[in-house]
Amino acid sequence: MITNTQRQAISNQVSKRRTIFQTSNVTIRYGDKPAIRNVCLSIPEHLITAIIGPSGCGKSTLLRAFNRMNDFIPEANMKGQILFLGTDLYVKDIDPVDVRRRIGMVFQKPNPFPKSIFRNVAWGPIVSGYPGNINERVESSLRRAALWDEVKDRLQDSATDLSGGQQQRLCIARALAMEPEVILMDEPCSALDPVSTARIEDLMFELKEKYTIIIVTHNMQQAARVSDFTAFLDSGSLVEFGQTEKVFTRPEQKRTEEYVTGRFG
Amino acid sequence: MLKNKLVQKRRQPEKSEAIALGAKLKYHWKEGLIKAGLFLCAFLSVVTTIAIITVLAREAFPFFREVPFLDFVAGTKWTPLLQPRSFGVLPLVCGTLLIVAGAALVALPIGLASAIYLGEYASRRVRSIIKPVLEILAGIPTVVYGYFALTFVTPLLATFFPSTQVFNAASASIVVGIMVLPMVASLCDDALRAVPDSLRQGAYALGATQFEVTTRVVLPASLSGVVASFVLAASRAIGETMAVTLAAGATPKMTLNPLESIQTMTAYIVQVSLGDAPAGTVEYKTIFAVAALLFAITLGMNIVAHKVLRQFQEVYE
Amino acid sequence: MTSSNLARRHAIAKVFRLFCTVVTWAGVAMLGILLFHVSRDGLRWLDLQFLSEFPSRFPEKAGIKSALWGTVWLISLTAGFSIPIGVAAAIYLEEYAKKGRVSRFIEVNIANLAGVPSIVYGILGLVIFVRFFGFGRSVLAGSLTMSLLILPVIIIASREAIRAVPSSIREAAFALGATRWQVVRAHVLPAGLPGILTGVILALSRAIGETAPLVMIGALTYVAFVPEGPMDAFTALPIQIFNWASRPQKEFHQLAAAGIIVLLIVLLLMNAAAVFIRHHAERKNK
Repeated sequence: MITNTQRQAISNQVSKRRTIFQTSNVTIRYGDKPAIRNVCLSIPEHLITAIIGPSGCGKSTLLRAFNRMNDFIPEANMKGQILFLGTDLYVKDIDPVDVRRRIGMVFQKPNPFPKSIFRNVAWGPIVSGYPGNINERVESSLRRAALWDEVKDRLQDSATDLSGGQQQRLCIARALAMEPEVILMDEPCSALDPVSTARIEDLMFELKEKYTIIIVTHNMQQAARVSDFTAFLDSGSLVEFGQTEKVFTRPEQKRTEEYVTGRFG
Repeated sequence: MLKNKLVQKRRQPEKSEAIALGAKLKYHWKEGLIKAGLFLCAFLSVVTTIAIITVLAREAFPFFREVPFLDFVAGTKWTPLLQPRSFGVLPLVCGTLLIVAGAALVALPIGLASAIYLGEYASRRVRSIIKPVLEILAGIPTVVYGYFALTFVTPLLATFFPSTQVFNAASASIVVGIMVLPMVASLCDDALRAVPDSLRQGAYALGATQFEVTTRVVLPASLSGVVASFVLAASRAIGETMAVTLAAGATPKMTLNPLESIQTMTAYIVQVSLGDAPAGTVEYKTIFAVAALLFAITLGMNIVAHKVLRQFQEVYE
Repeated sequence: MTSSNLARRHAIAKVFRLFCTVVTWAGVAMLGILLFHVSRDGLRWLDLQFLSEFPSRFPEKAGIKSALWGTVWLISLTAGFSIPIGVAAAIYLEEYAKKGRVSRFIEVNIANLAGVPSIVYGILGLVIFVRFFGFGRSVLAGSLTMSLLILPVIIIASREAIRAVPSSIREAAFALGATRWQVVRAHVLPAGLPGILTGVILALSRAIGETAPLVMIGALTYVAFVPEGPMDAFTALPIQIFNWASRPQKEFHQLAAAGIIVLLIVLLLMNAAAVFIRHHAERKNK
């Protein structure tokens, strides 16, 4: 659906920074049903890229393809290529476990482990054999997730006692503790109240200094607020991809305009 | 220009990046080993099934070389331990059926009625009393039921029916009925609960009484689940051993009189095993022939019931 | 006209409801009658001597020491065999197996094994463990037989417990780059533990009461000693009860009742433990 000239224009914008993900002709099917069709995207490093689109358009499926979480859906199969810093994530000798260590994920609903706050953050580094001081790693991760001050006196309390917003920041801290290069966020605020949502959005601005963030959201204001680039998906196809400001103010596709102005979806 | 640069970069990834993601991690053999170990544990169940079939067949086949198969399944006289020997299994089957029929008379109506009561009428508090009681009933060992039949039910029957023998099918079948009652109740409960509430509410909205909703809407909708639970309970009653050994007697007989002493397939197997029949003799082989028959019957019923249950569950999923 | 019809319909509804209620409570009453009958017969024989004496030809001297210890040995070994294997099988089927023909076959197979009469397991134990492996009529042979018998129960219960662990926990752990076994060990098993334990306890209490398989492998002999190792001969509580109940004398029947009381107390304690674990876990989850 994207013309060549458009694609070139996008490349020009994107290439000011290093491309961290390059997808080419990615098609994902559940059984026979295609969920993602022929998606080509270049996602720039150290920026926030939002994926928007009506529900059921395949946003989450695309996001989960970046850290091979679709491996757990038995009937899902993928065609095409996803390059992560130039390496194809889906060739045979790539270990999905290693992929996920470098590409973190935050889920739609906060899903802390039913363990202590400390164990939640420490578990990832511990199982991957982190050799350094784990206490420091936990503290720095919680600080970066802007949660440290709230929980420093009760690290041994159960994580499930935290509020929803705190739980989601804990999940972000847990992902940060792995020192990933990318954080994938799957509608991270959809289960949160506006105040918690604002805190997480602030947090994303701080995090993009160090990390690349890809966020799936059904909330267009959120996409407009936080992201630098926006991809609009409809029925599994990429309709438009470009700088957020442009996608929202001067979209090239009629469909995009209809969606961002709230006429459908 | 810029675009070219991008393409170039894609083709030639920086070395350090490629190394970091390229290699499989070394713990993979360990993961594989764990998976293989877990698989073996699951596969043990298949080995068990094969072992059961092999063990039964290995002794049952030689038995049928000595005793014609037709004599076994159609013969009406079972005297393998006495001269003249006769190997007609029908008296044992008849005894077993008598027990199953009696147990069904007890367990099916009470079990189904309890399930209806629990699902449609009882308050949460009542449920919280009756459910554990049923669980306890289900957990009482069969030998206890045998004792109960022998020392309580039989004397009780004798006061009403003086012709009751010390060992009789009726008392054994009553306690077997009590024994499988919790199973019927809980499986029927599951079946009734699977019926969506919208169906009930639709019927209520048409002005039906609770009785009409239950018997004309809920029961028909859950019928296959209910029937499957009956079949499972019957299969359980067929395999029941200790209560019938203790209370029903040891006289294989073609009778439909529940007050007489009979013998079931399972009780016969116990009788022979208590009697120390030497391996290799025909007496010894009979238990394998009888057990093979028992296994085939119960397995067939279970397979059918599970299949029906699965289809039933799929309807409401 | 309508109203008379309605009155009749209401009457039927009432009668039906009454029937269901009465019949259900009759089931509950049955438990009461059984317990009352057993305790009336058995309580007077239940004393320390009953627990500390070996079985005897003389009712007043008879006790269940060897049966009690035999049961302890039997259940300990059975637990040792069946719990690790059963939980491992459940983990495989829930967490590892691809939903295909093989796992479907294993599943159906386990469901059917759960319905095989216990006496058939007894025959299996007799031929395989007692004869083929030459373990004789030992505690080892008995507990291996029992393990096969209760494995389907443990597997089915453990699978349910594992399935109840929310998949969001697994996803979170996988997204951190954990291997499957790391996820299972650190998150799935701890979260499913209460359910698994409940199922295991119920399965073991079934093993405690099972009689027929033990009769088949020949545990029904006069044993006047406490087993000291897995290769020793043994008797067990339900076997002793069966032995006494199948004698004609009334005194032995009462001894059987006393044995039943002990057996039921043991089972009740195990059930209480299971209920306690379940409640504790439920409260913790909230």
